[in-house]
Amino acid sequence: MFKELKTAILTFLILTVITGILYPLFITGVSQVFFHSKADGSLIYRNGKPVGSSFIGQSFDDSKYFWPRPSATSPVAFNAASSSGSNLGPSNPTLAETIKNRVKAYKAADPNNTNPVPIDLVTSSASGLDPHISLAGAYYQLPRIARLRNLSQNTVKEIIVRHTNKRFLSVLGEPVVNVLELNLALDEYKK
Amino acid sequence: MTLNNIIQSVIFLAALLLLVKPLGIYMARIYEGKPVGLNVWLSPVEKLIYRFSAVNSQISMTWKTYAFAVMLFNIIGLIVVYALQRLQAHLVLNPMSIPAVPPDLAFNTAVSFATNTNWQSYGGETTLSYLTQMLGLTVQNFVSAATGMAILVALIRGFVQKQIDTIGNFWVDLVRSTLYILMPLAIILSLVLVSQGVVQTFKPSVKVSLLQPTKDAEGKIVSEQILAVGPAASQIAIKQLGTNGGGFFNVNSAHPFENPTPLSNFMEVLAILLISAALCYTFGLMVSDTRQGWAILAAMLIIFIPCLYCCIYFEQKSNPLLAHLGVDQNVTAFQSGGNMEGKEVRFGIVNSAIWATATTAASNGSVNSMHDSFMPLSGMIPMWLMQLGEVIFGGVGSGFYGMIAFVIIAVFISGLMIGRTPEYLGKKIESYEMKMASLVILIPPILVLAGTAVSVVLPQAKAAIFNPGPHGFSEVLYAFSSTGNNNGSAFAGLSTNNLFYNIALGLAMFFARYWLAIPMLAIAGSLSKKKIVPSSHGTLPTHTPLFILFLVMIILIVGALTFFPALALGPIVEHLMMTGGLR
Repeated sequence: MFKELKTAILTFLILTVITGILYPLFITGVSQVFFHSKADGSLIYRNGKPVGSSFIGQSFDDSKYFWPRPSATSPVAFNAASSSGSNLGPSNPTLAETIKNRVKAYKAADPNNTNPVPIDLVTSSASGLDPHISLAGAYYQLPRIARLRNLSQNTVKEIIVRHTNKRFLSVLGEPVVNVLELNLALDEYKK
Repeated sequence: MTLNNIIQSVIFLAALLLLVKPLGIYMARIYEGKPVGLNVWLSPVEKLIYRFSAVNSQISMTWKTYAFAVMLFNIIGLIVVYALQRLQAHLVLNPMSIPAVPPDLAFNTAVSFATNTNWQSYGGETTLSYLTQMLGLTVQNFVSAATGMAILVALIRGFVQKQIDTIGNFWVDLVRSTLYILMPLAIILSLVLVSQGVVQTFKPSVKVSLLQPTKDAEGKIVSEQILAVGPAASQIAIKQLGTNGGGFFNVNSAHPFENPTPLSNFMEVLAILLISAALCYTFGLMVSDTRQGWAILAAMLIIFIPCLYCCIYFEQKSNPLLAHLGVDQNVTAFQSGGNMEGKEVRFGIVNSAIWATATTAASNGSVNSMHDSFMPLSGMIPMWLMQLGEVIFGGVGSGFYGMIAFVIIAVFISGLMIGRTPEYLGKKIESYEMKMASLVILIPPILVLAGTAVSVVLPQAKAAIFNPGPHGFSEVLYAFSSTGNNNGSAFAGLSTNNLFYNIALGLAMFFARYWLAIPMLAIAGSLSKKKIVPSSHGTLPTHTPLFILFLVMIILIVGALTFFPALALGPIVEHLMMTGGLR
């Protein structure tokens, strides 16, 4: 009995050292050497200062920017210190009500656009940090951005295409547009 | 269902099946003590471990000693994870100064990780220090998975050995599973994940300035974003491979830092089923009849594949309640369409549905989309896969030994039907094995249904429900289906971080794990003592399509009959209400 206990404790101890200390340290070491910027969060820098991460969305409600997907994090949208989805069930009346208001906001920002709003633009993401919108979501917003920034639709389209990620090997995943990178590119665009 | 949906799901299934044989062979060699390529490096480490902990690797244990060692080791793990959470404020590697975890939540999390469930009442980035994540959770991700694999290997020995009182050495099975199987796979997967953008650092959270300042709920201007980071990749790799599933971050593998790209998603979802699927082949090799392993894998796939396509189909369909709101839910070349609430755009519908099915078929429980926001019937698929007892792939080791319990029942019933003594792999199945197998099959439904029944009556438990109507009932049923079968995924709207749920779900996880593991070890011990009966004309072959279908039917009948009434009150009635069948 006592001998078994001793064996159990010692085995636990040494497996803890191997799997809980050496393993994560080894992975961190290798990652920091070979994938330094990715291991640290794929930060985007402007003038030496971090302005965001390629993988973490930010909140935009200014009509001159592309809007991201709604975020359900609290107390502020896109709170990357506390990820969360909405968890609204499909039959919850709050879901339909919330979506109705989001559609209204899109229509108010661009009354001339009579197309239906792509679903991803008005549904909250799983993480509350989704950095992407669908291609449909980007093209839906294109006329508004072009008008408010006095750019031709073709120019905006070129910027969208440059920040589009295709499917991996044309098969896996879905094609997406990175909203933060898109908006940074819009701000930096010189006519 | 679009062409791309089908292509992506077929690639996933094909990749999985291609890996079954090579990994299955590798694992069989490990457990039979035969040399593999990694011996040069790992043998010295293995010997060092045995010397350090005074293990005599030559000694084989009786099933009772084996079970005692399993329990002892798991309880030590439970205590350590509890202690780490309670003391984390005073320990190192806590750059964000996260305070001690409250006792009930710490209990829940400790049971959750020791039992390979990884139910998340905790919030990851907001609740646990880096030290707790590494020394507590990552360690348990390895050893709880290795415990499951060890128990399976002991059970296989029960079939292989003739008239022997012992079933192997737990410490050896544990160490070999960890060192030779889980560790190399975890290292490879971690590095692939980091190359895709999963974070792996000991630095504290990063502050960045927002391009457009925003306002919080109280109207205060927020001009900075704090990005939680940490040593995530090393933990995510093993949480997927070991069918653990507990996230580094609150939203698990939906978080872009846990699962940033389609490739990382593919690798992670493959890792969920990889070991459990390959163990089928390992089993076949170890009992010297690979047809037996393929037969069980086939039975698993016969249930898994239709579930997969049902889930994709119902998620891809548009939500009828949103039809008149001026939104476009159709699938086109420019968007995945469908039910996008609680999903990430980079995964779309198909990858979210593949993940949901895989993670609940296996007892993984990690998520890349929010199951609570699934359409009623596609949310029912994950729930039902758990309710089947986590035997369709299931947890590493535990899924397969759960499946063996069903095989024993199937052999027994078919034996009764044709009037012969039931045997499996030459071992007579008698009343002792039947009693133990019945325990394994009956305990989870009792935990699930009794737990749900109590929780929908108690006021404090009802107050935790988030969504109204039948969906709220589904949240509770899902929680107990998940913990009562050691899965760990959630309809996360239910607020479970309170005294009642932390204790109730904690107990469900504990009993679901050990009350099944111990009877399975008892079966191993009893089988090991029996002689092997040579097969004759009267032996029922257990590798034929007939037996495979019979086994599938047994699983479906037990699973469906037990849970149909409860499912009818939750997802089924919700579906009918939404589509206009009931108003």
